[in-house]
Amino acid sequence: MNGIRRILARFPLHLAVIVICLIWLTPTVGLLVSSFRHKDAVFATGWWTVFRIPMDFAQFRLDNYIQVLTAQGMGRAFLNSLTIAIPSTIIPITIAAFAGYAFAWMEFPGRQVLFVIVVGLLVVPLQMTLIPLLRLYNRVGLAGTFLGIWLAHTGYGLPFAVYLLRNFFGGLPKDLFEAAYLDGASPLTAFTRLALPLSVPSLASLGIFQFLWVWNDLLVALIYLGGTEKVAPLTLKLSAMVQSLGQDWHLLTAAAFVSMAVPMLVFFTLQRYFVRGILAGSVKG
Amino acid sequence: MSEFLSQVFTTLLAILLGVGGVVGLFLGMEFLIGFLPQRLQPKVRPWAYIGPTLLIMGIYLVYPTLHTLYLSFLDERSQQFVGLKNYLWTLTSPEMHIAFRNNLLWIVLMTLFSVGLGLVIAVLVDRVSYESVAKSVIFLPMAISFVGASVIWRFVYAFKPANVPQIGLLNAIVTALDGQPLGWLVDTRVNNLALIAVGIWLQTGFCMVILSAGIKSIPREILEAARVDGASEWRIFWQVIVPMIGSTIAVVATTVIINALKAFDIVFVLTNGQRGTEVIANRMYKEMFSFLNFGRASAIAVILLLAIIPIMAANIRRFQAQEAIR
Amino acid sequence: MARRMYWILLTATVVAGLLLSSCAPQTVTVTVPVEKQVTVERTVEVTVPVPTSRGVVTVLGVWGGSEFEAFAASVEPFTKETGIGMAFETSREQATVLVTRVQAGNPPDIAILPQPGLLVDLAKMGALVPLENIVDMDQLKKDYSQAWIDLGSYDGHLYGIWFKGALKSLVWYNPKAFQEKGYQVPTTWDEMIALSDRIVADGGTPWCIGLESGAASGWPGTDWIEDIMLRTAGPEVYDQWVNHEIPWTDSAVKRAWELFGQIARNEQYVWGGTTGVLSTNFGDSPRPLFDTPPGCYMHRQASFITGFFPEGVTAEDYDVFAFPSIDPQWGVPALGAGDVVVMLNDTPEARAFIQYLASPRPHEIWAARGGFISPHRGVDPNAYPDELTRKQAQILASAEVFRFDGSDLMPAAVGAGSFWTGVMDYVGGKDLDAVLQAIEKSAQDAYK
Repeated sequence: MNGIRRILARFPLHLAVIVICLIWLTPTVGLLVSSFRHKDAVFATGWWTVFRIPMDFAQFRLDNYIQVLTAQGMGRAFLNSLTIAIPSTIIPITIAAFAGYAFAWMEFPGRQVLFVIVVGLLVVPLQMTLIPLLRLYNRVGLAGTFLGIWLAHTGYGLPFAVYLLRNFFGGLPKDLFEAAYLDGASPLTAFTRLALPLSVPSLASLGIFQFLWVWNDLLVALIYLGGTEKVAPLTLKLSAMVQSLGQDWHLLTAAAFVSMAVPMLVFFTLQRYFVRGILAGSVKG
Repeated sequence: MSEFLSQVFTTLLAILLGVGGVVGLFLGMEFLIGFLPQRLQPKVRPWAYIGPTLLIMGIYLVYPTLHTLYLSFLDERSQQFVGLKNYLWTLTSPEMHIAFRNNLLWIVLMTLFSVGLGLVIAVLVDRVSYESVAKSVIFLPMAISFVGASVIWRFVYAFKPANVPQIGLLNAIVTALDGQPLGWLVDTRVNNLALIAVGIWLQTGFCMVILSAGIKSIPREILEAARVDGASEWRIFWQVIVPMIGSTIAVVATTVIINALKAFDIVFVLTNGQRGTEVIANRMYKEMFSFLNFGRASAIAVILLLAIIPIMAANIRRFQAQEAIR
Repeated sequence: MARRMYWILLTATVVAGLLLSSCAPQTVTVTVPVEKQVTVERTVEVTVPVPTSRGVVTVLGVWGGSEFEAFAASVEPFTKETGIGMAFETSREQATVLVTRVQAGNPPDIAILPQPGLLVDLAKMGALVPLENIVDMDQLKKDYSQAWIDLGSYDGHLYGIWFKGALKSLVWYNPKAFQEKGYQVPTTWDEMIALSDRIVADGGTPWCIGLESGAASGWPGTDWIEDIMLRTAGPEVYDQWVNHEIPWTDSAVKRAWELFGQIARNEQYVWGGTTGVLSTNFGDSPRPLFDTPPGCYMHRQASFITGFFPEGVTAEDYDVFAFPSIDPQWGVPALGAGDVVVMLNDTPEARAFIQYLASPRPHEIWAARGGFISPHRGVDPNAYPDELTRKQAQILASAEVFRFDGSDLMPAAVGAGSFWTGVMDYVGGKDLDAVLQAIEKSAQDAYK
């Protein structure tokens, strides 16, 4: 196929992708543009009107961002968010990887039933767990500790993690493990050297989701950790910038982007693990 | 500055201890298992592997569920036994009927579109060079906190009277086409759809990421072979790709259905269930924390848990089929 | 190449975040106690207390942003003098957090509640500490009118001290716009309706109403109905209504709703029509008052709305008139609301804290910063930044007929639930009888 025919043939593909991306992006772009405008301007005219005279820089201001970024205690909140999010991501994934593998490849009584219960627990609404768990925490002294919140996020994140990983491990070809056992590998080695590396894309997806969920969480941190300055994460800090009735909501526009920076970076970083074909060609044939 | 450094140090230490602790736990268990006689090991090992999962989920999910079940038979302040009164209310009250209807809408529409679109997008972007950019764009909504998302969509749905410049994207398009601006969140004809659209916007990225990982695990040779054989992309999609990632689609669909059942944040923040947009989880939250009626809130939660049984049943059947093939 | 970029970007973000935490001031407001050093140069012996750190009082409130800063400033002298720090947690989901922590056994020492209904609920749970032996009751009776003391009490015990107040029953207008068109401030309901008709005839829109408020949408409508109730049925019937001694389907209640609907459901009377009323955020709704030409001429709202006016609007651009009387025998009663401070843990620090909040000083500090009025009668009127605010504070503290916002007094299932939903449905076009029956049904469940 010569060059132009190729481009034309692929045109519908590119068109579809680009149109979908634009639709998905537009609402967020609206927020981005609004975060650079004065709140009275935001109420008066649509955000797209800034493009009429894009060179008129007077209509843009950094005030919202400055106010958000230089607010007192912002750095501390950022550190707190990291302290909460990183273990709350790694711990459940680790635990779920072992469990998912066991559910997929090990024989033990009650395997199916237990697994179905695990999946069923996906539906437990978070709000119903708050009071009994906080009561428990108070009795054992976990309230207000970072360990407490790591465990809480682990608890909430495990059902989906186990579900996803079990599905992935279950899809691995049996011959793979048989070949490994024939070679004298122990079950642990089969898991860590064979199954885990193959599951990197799934692990990466899980990592992103869990990190995101924890990073953007407000309620769980507020309940189990408390909202005091010392431990409050970024989400709490940013929401406290707005007054009780919603005055200063324009700060939320900038706050949303400030808060989004880290998760997006994590996503970009983990993107490279979504590569194809690690499994391809390893056993087939 | 020194206080700052000590904070950073504490942070790093906390992270290392937390993570190291868990890894150490499993390695430690493996180590201990090594002391058992050979034929006992395969019997004990699975329990070691799933042990922490069962323990943590038992504490964090099962115990509160049982507690909730217990509360659902008591009155609002959990002082007196009232039998099935709360369940009766849940199943007969008009507000709950509206909620049930809405959740059904959520389940059908959100699952269909999030999974469908996610799949289509995953397949499409697999074949363009700017794949990671496109995926990031679709994924971006998930990275935004709910508070941020609510502000975004307020801007999309904002209403202003016809004679004044519009600030809401949808109404701007509508008025540009000579229509009358709509109150997207208050007009009962469209507000449920408006909320579900936000849900789809948020969930599609999730579906796409997982489905994309699934698609990546299809060996390239198979796809190439099909193309060489002259199959059209359409046929390849339905007869090669979809069957091969069937179980992944099922996982994604199950998760999205459950999320639709549990839909809360979007409704809470944008309409709080007003004007006919109530959903089960939002009502449960209201009963629990605003109205302080613990009995009713618990009954609603139990109904929610029961609603998942059909989904679990479908999953059981799928696993059994999957294992049979192996 | 791209791979390195990712790592560089990731590192850069983390480093930036860490740098931020070092550049931004590390001090945290009002949690660090202060030691005072005093040097005495004369030979006369003077004993000056040198406070040592005596601990911390934990406070849970809903205030954020500049509200929190103002409150922190009000509490600063307390910390300086007693050495007790304040650890303030704020959340708009205060009800969730508070209920959870009370049930779980680790409530905050102090909570600042925006509704007395929540005070009653917590008192019923046994979660609150009675204050009769903690604050000076004789002084309190001088500082607050009996109405306010009753509002902070339940079952014969005092549980709450009122800190911040809001006066409702106000109609805001643009005096310049009125002057231009030759409109007169109405003093009766009929005059107000006549004025509205006149504005419509002149081609304008008389009213701006905005009911949207996220999870709380509908509440501004409840204020309208309460104001009208007071003026059509009088304070006793109002009390009966709030206590559910008369049903929601009672003719007095129905009439109040109908009068509200006369304005809110009239497409020509309201900016944006009924869709505008339902969709416009309450904080954004007064903006058209200040447009040229004005998008509307009148806006009924509480005293705190000045915080939402667009930048550039000064005290000369707006004025208020009292929500006019409807039935002359009931005159012009005052409807108000406020934030009440309650104690959940009886500690010496919490006691000192609440005693301090019962004194005029913290009220005066916040009053001077604006956006604040207090029902405390001991507050120096000159602390308020302008005459308008001073007048409102005076009405709040000492109005002849004063009633608290009804929806804040009712059990939450009604006052923060079916009442709000009813307002939204009614303005949305639902039949009034159906609306009232629905609220009545929920009220029967909720009042115990």
